Parts: sequence; C-alpha cells; structure tokens
Amino acid sequence: MAAGRMQSGILSPPGVWWSPANKQEKLWVTIAFVWCMILFAMMPLWHIKGGQNPTGIRAKVTPEAFQERVMQFVADYQVGEEMGFPVVAPPPGSDIYLLGRMWQWWPVIKLQEGANYTLHLSSTDLNHGFSLYPLNINIQVVPGYDYGLRITPNEAGEYKIICNEFCGIGHHLMVGKIIVEKGGSGQ
Amino acid sequence: MSDIVTNLADRFRVCQVTGLKVDLRAENLIKVNAVIAIVCLLFGVIAAIGLVLTRWEAVHLLEAHMFYRFLTAHGLNMLIFFIVFFEMAVLYFAGPILLNSRLPAPKLGWVSFALMVIGMLMTNYMVFTGQADVLFTSYPPLKAHPLYYLGIILFAVGALIVSFHFIATLIIAKKEGAYVGTMPLVTFGALTAAIIAVITLLHGALIYIPTLLWSMDLMEMDAQIYRLIFWALGHSAQQINVAAMVAIWYFLAAVTVGGVVVNEKISRTAFVLYVLFISMASAHHLLVDPGMGPAWKVWNTSYAMYLAVLASMIHGFTVPAGIEMGQRLRGFTQGSFEWLRKAPWGDPGFSGMVFSVIIFGFFGGITGVTIGTEQINIIAHNTMRLPGHFHATVVGGTALSFMAVTYYVLPLIFRKRIAFWGLARVQPYIFAGGITFMAMCMTFMGVFGVPRRHWDTSFSTGAPFSVDFHPVVNLLQAGLGIGGLIAATGVLIFIAIAVVTVFFGKDIVEGDIENKVSGLPSGVLSLPKQVHEGEAMERVHSKGAPGTMILVFIFLACFVIYYFANWKMLSFLWKIG
Repeated sequence: MAAGRMQSGILSPPGVWWSPANKQEKLWVTIAFVWCMILFAMMPLWHIKGGQNPTGIRAKVTPEAFQERVMQFVADYQVGEEMGFPVVAPPPGSDIYLLGRMWQWWPVIKLQEGANYTLHLSSTDLNHGFSLYPLNINIQVVPGYDYGLRITPNEAGEYKIICNEFCGIGHHLMVGKIIVEKGGSGQ
Repeated sequence: MSDIVTNLADRFRVCQVTGLKVDLRAENLIKVNAVIAIVCLLFGVIAAIGLVLTRWEAVHLLEAHMFYRFLTAHGLNMLIFFIVFFEMAVLYFAGPILLNSRLPAPKLGWVSFALMVIGMLMTNYMVFTGQADVLFTSYPPLKAHPLYYLGIILFAVGALIVSFHFIATLIIAKKEGAYVGTMPLVTFGALTAAIIAVITLLHGALIYIPTLLWSMDLMEMDAQIYRLIFWALGHSAQQINVAAMVAIWYFLAAVTVGGVVVNEKISRTAFVLYVLFISMASAHHLLVDPGMGPAWKVWNTSYAMYLAVLASMIHGFTVPAGIEMGQRLRGFTQGSFEWLRKAPWGDPGFSGMVFSVIIFGFFGGITGVTIGTEQINIIAHNTMRLPGHFHATVVGGTALSFMAVTYYVLPLIFRKRIAFWGLARVQPYIFAGGITFMAMCMTFMGVFGVPRRHWDTSFSTGAPFSVDFHPVVNLLQAGLGIGGLIAATGVLIFIAIAVVTVFFGKDIVEGDIENKVSGLPSGVLSLPKQVHEGEAMERVHSKGAPGTMILVFIFLACFVIYYFANWKMLSFLWKIG
C-alpha cells in the first residue's frame, strides 16, 4: 500500500510488502492483544483468588489398588444401602473414594454441608466422565490415575452423578448419587 | 525437445475467467478429491439425521448400539474424511493453479489418493459392520478391530504425501519462475494449513501406530498418554481446517467482491501464529484430566498466552475490512454499511463466506475460548456445550466455507454451469440458519448439564437413580432436532447440486459469460478488479474500514460479556481445588 497499490489475496504482492499497517488495523490488533493478555491472566488469578480449580492431588494408581481403597472406604463408613449400592457417610475432613466402572458410580456417598473432603476419582476399566447434576461439575475419570479433588459442598440436597464419557453400550445406565445434608444433622 | 514442449502444452489450459494457467493433471486430482469428499459428506449427513432424531428424546429413533455406531461414523466421515479430502483439493488448487505452475508428480498424486480412499473404505467398513463402536476418539482401553486403526493410518499417510507434494510444488514453482515475487496470500494460507497438516499427521502416526499394535496385543497403552497424543492429532487437525478456511475466506472475498488485502504483513503474521502455537490446543481436551498439572494446562490451553486466538481475531478484522474496502473501491461508499447492504447476497459464494465468518467468530470462537479456559472447563467438559461449540467452528465455519467455495470450483475447475441455481442461491441461508440454531440449542443444553455422546438423557431405561433435567431441556432437544434437520436439508441440497452439476451439468460454452446465463456466480460472470491504483485507491485507503470497526467492537463486547458471565456461573459451584 505504501507502494500506492492495493490488491486481492489471489495475486502475488509485488516488491516490498512489509509495510506499516493502517491506524484502524493497528488499533484492533492492539486491543485484541490486550484482551488476549486478560484472558491469559484470568487463569492464574483464579488459582489465587477463585474457589474452583481442577488442580487436585494427581497420582498414578493401579485399578486393583484403587478398588481396594474403595472397598476399605465402604467398610469403614457404610451406614445403609440404596438400590443395591452401599451408602457411605465419611466424617468431615476425610478422603472419600468414588469408583467409576461399567456401568456404576460406586458407592452412594453422604456428605455434610460446609465440610471439606478430598474426593478421589478413578476407574477400573474404561474412561468415565464424572458429571455432578444439577451443579454441572465435570471431571474426567481415567483408568490408572487417581484424581483427588478437595471439595466443599456449599448446599444441602440430592445430587446425581451422570457419566459423560462414552463407556460402551450401557453408558446411559451409569448414574450415581451424592447426598449432602445440613451441617451437624448427619449423625 | 519439441516433444516435451507439445507435451507440456497439452498439460495446460488457460482459465477464461481468471486468466490463470491450469495444469490439467492437478485439475483432475482436484476433481476426484472433491467428489470423494462429497461422498463422505453424504455418509456423514445420513448418520447425522439418525443422531439428531435420537437426541430429540420425543422421537428417539435409534437403538443404543446403532446410535453409537452412527456417532462413530458421523465423526469420522465429517471431521476426518470429508474435510481432509476437500483440503487435499484445496492444496492442489492453491499450489499449481494459483501459482501458474505444474504439478511436479501427478502419479504420486494418484498413489496418495488411492491410499486415502482405501483407508477411508477400510475404516468405514469396520465401523458399519460393528467392529469399531469406539466413537471418533477411540479412547483405550476401548478397543476396535486392528483394521480400523490401519485404515486411518493409510488415510493419514496419503494425506501426508499430498502435503509434502504441495510443498514440493511451491519449491518448483519458485525455481521455474512460475510467479514473480512473493506467493499470493491465499497460497500462503494454504501453506500454513499444509505445515500444520504435517505436524498433525506426524502426531497421528505417533498415536495410531502404537494403538494398532496395542489392538493386536503387542504392547501396553496408557489411557492418559493416549488422550494427550490423540488430541495433538485431533485438535491440531481442526487447526488445519481453520487455516484452510481462512485462506478460502480471502479467496472468496477476492473473487466475489474484489476484497483487498488490507496489509500483507499483518495477515501473513497471523497465519504464522497459527503454525507456531496451534498444536498446543491438545490441552483443551485435558483440562479436567488427572494426568497434567495446572501450569501445563494454563500455558497450553492458551496457546502460549492466546497468540493463536490473536491470529483469529486479526483475520476476523482483516477479512471483513478487505471486503469493505473492496466494495468501497467498487463505488459503495455511502455511510458505514452501504458496502454490506449492496453486496452480492444472491451469490452463494459470497453469502456462504460471510456466514462462515460470522458463525465461526461469534458462535464458535467465543464459546471455544471460554470453555477452553482451565477453570471454566469444569462447567463445560463433555457436556453438550462441546458439540455446540465445534458445530459452530467446524460445520458452520469450515464446512460452510467449503460449500461456498464449491460454487466457484464447479464453474472454474469443472467448467460447468451450476444446477438448480435457484436452490443454490438460498442453500447457504438454509444451512447456516439450521446449524446455528442447532449449535445454540446444544450449547444451552450443556449449560443445564446435559451430557454429550449419550443415547438416553431421559435416564428412563434402567438407570438406578433418576435425573430430571430442567423442563426447558425438552424444548432445546426439539430445537436441536429441528435445527439439525434444517442443516441436514441444506447439506442434501448442496450434495444434490454438486453431484448433478458434476455429472449431468451443462458445460460452460463460448458466450455464456457474456450472455450472463444462469448457474454462474457473480465473480465468474464478471470478476471484480483485483488490483487498484491511483486516486480512488488513495481515498478508500485513507478512509479505511469504518463499518468493520463497528462490527468488531460489537464482537468484542459479546466476547467480554459471555466470558465473564461464565466465570460468574463457575463461582456458584462448590469449592473445588
């Protein structure tokens, strides 16, 4: 353009085409760049100030070892049974274990509002998707990996766990449950 | 010697519209790749109809196993086979033809085409015979028949050869002096697509070869590492599409309204940003995975501080600005928007390109950056927001731009008048309307927590606990069904037009263009001026693109609102850390 010529993108630009951009283009590129930096800054900022980060405690685990931890967890804190699933009520502050397998979320867990827990997720077969309804918290569950997320339920109620990673023909049968009770009324 | 000269002369024709020298052997490869692309599109859209009619729970057409089989076939045929075959045609066009050059190795072109067709058929056979119900992603330990993976490998090797062939074309064209100076921007864009294709396909080899061995019980496979490397293929493949689509935008802007390149430096730099940063987007799929830490996630999901997003935002300005300035040079200088009002809206090449820009930017881009944010992904991962996003980018953006450019490929390469011209003029409107409506319904379903890739979200067929979605989800499902059927109608119209034109269309004969016969888009009837000099140019140049400035600020406002609204939504959740 400095050369006094404008042309379309299907022609070879003649001569030196490394010419300064016009004002509007410069303005837009600058604004877009600043916006990109804001987009970037938001993520570390939320790690410092925000309450929801998928950081967790991440470790490898064999399916057998994870299964054993879940069984121990159920044996320690089982309080009842529902639809063939053990109902487990761990004390506040404890590590809780949820197993995804074809096609169950096992066991049913009872938590207390406002208490802290570390929720360990893994699978003993395929990938599964932990999707807590109606909150819409979604976490990938990968066999061979233990994902320990520190959670604090902020409202009592009955929550369902949908599987949202395809895991074979019975994928749609895979629904689990987490119950959150008002603080102190659990036991 | 004279033999060689006659031989070479027989290899070329001169295009009567653009004046470009066309290598007939490249032209034949464009034709076969485009035709097979459309066959794959047909497979994909038939599957799509089954899918939308199943997700619409009131209809719930398919049985569970057929639903997942159709989903596998839909993903593969649309996202891989249709798009990549079409991109191969784009490479054969942007290389030899735009550069006035010869195709260096036509036989190699046919070998790679054969590999790709064999691979495509092998994989499809495995899917349709029920030996690969693993969905497009085939996450291990989910396992398909080894021939499924082998088919994809053959296909990828073919595509890799075509990419190298394209790069060889550029080198030979330069060496033989087929063009002077720098290659055109459109070819440069296609080159970035080819480079990204090479990077992507190497990742493809890196993951599918071990997976093939694993499927034959010859080695172990880690589920998390598979996801990491698969998405270095799967997501980067989408960036090939982005680069090819943007190159097509510049091409269509040029031929439909004489769109200019506002600044070669800026547009080319933006393409280079794609090459540098785009492969990092594998992270978009792993933000709530256990295998990677937050620093890795933040750095990679943002393509190193959003520099590839910056590239798209630049093209999102330069393409409309180039169109605006091109239109102003043609005399549409009143107010901020006369250039837009008086554009050739009846030319499907133009309308399709404009809708592609809008759908990709507004619906695809904004949702994509937002859900690709590390923490916001918690409220989006594997919900219907995901297909909502990529049906806006890949379908409303890429596929629509491919359709739009087809309306120029048919007359310029196949040298046919477009059949059903009246339908062709409205086809982009039908398709764009349908796909946008469908994608928006999907996105809103996802906000309510509805999972993607799920046969029965009514949970009424044996799940131990009930899940009762908000009643509005029923409405959104119907919207998905109706939007999907409208979009599918748009695709079927497109296929009918393309097939009838190619196999039964009227040849363009002497005098057709002068007589303005029907079936030819506006840029073929009268190619807008491609070069501007002198005082009129100076006037337009100093005025710039005021209308586009308004449009991009509307875009930015939508982006900011949507982005921060999602942070707000996230903040209502339980504490997670």
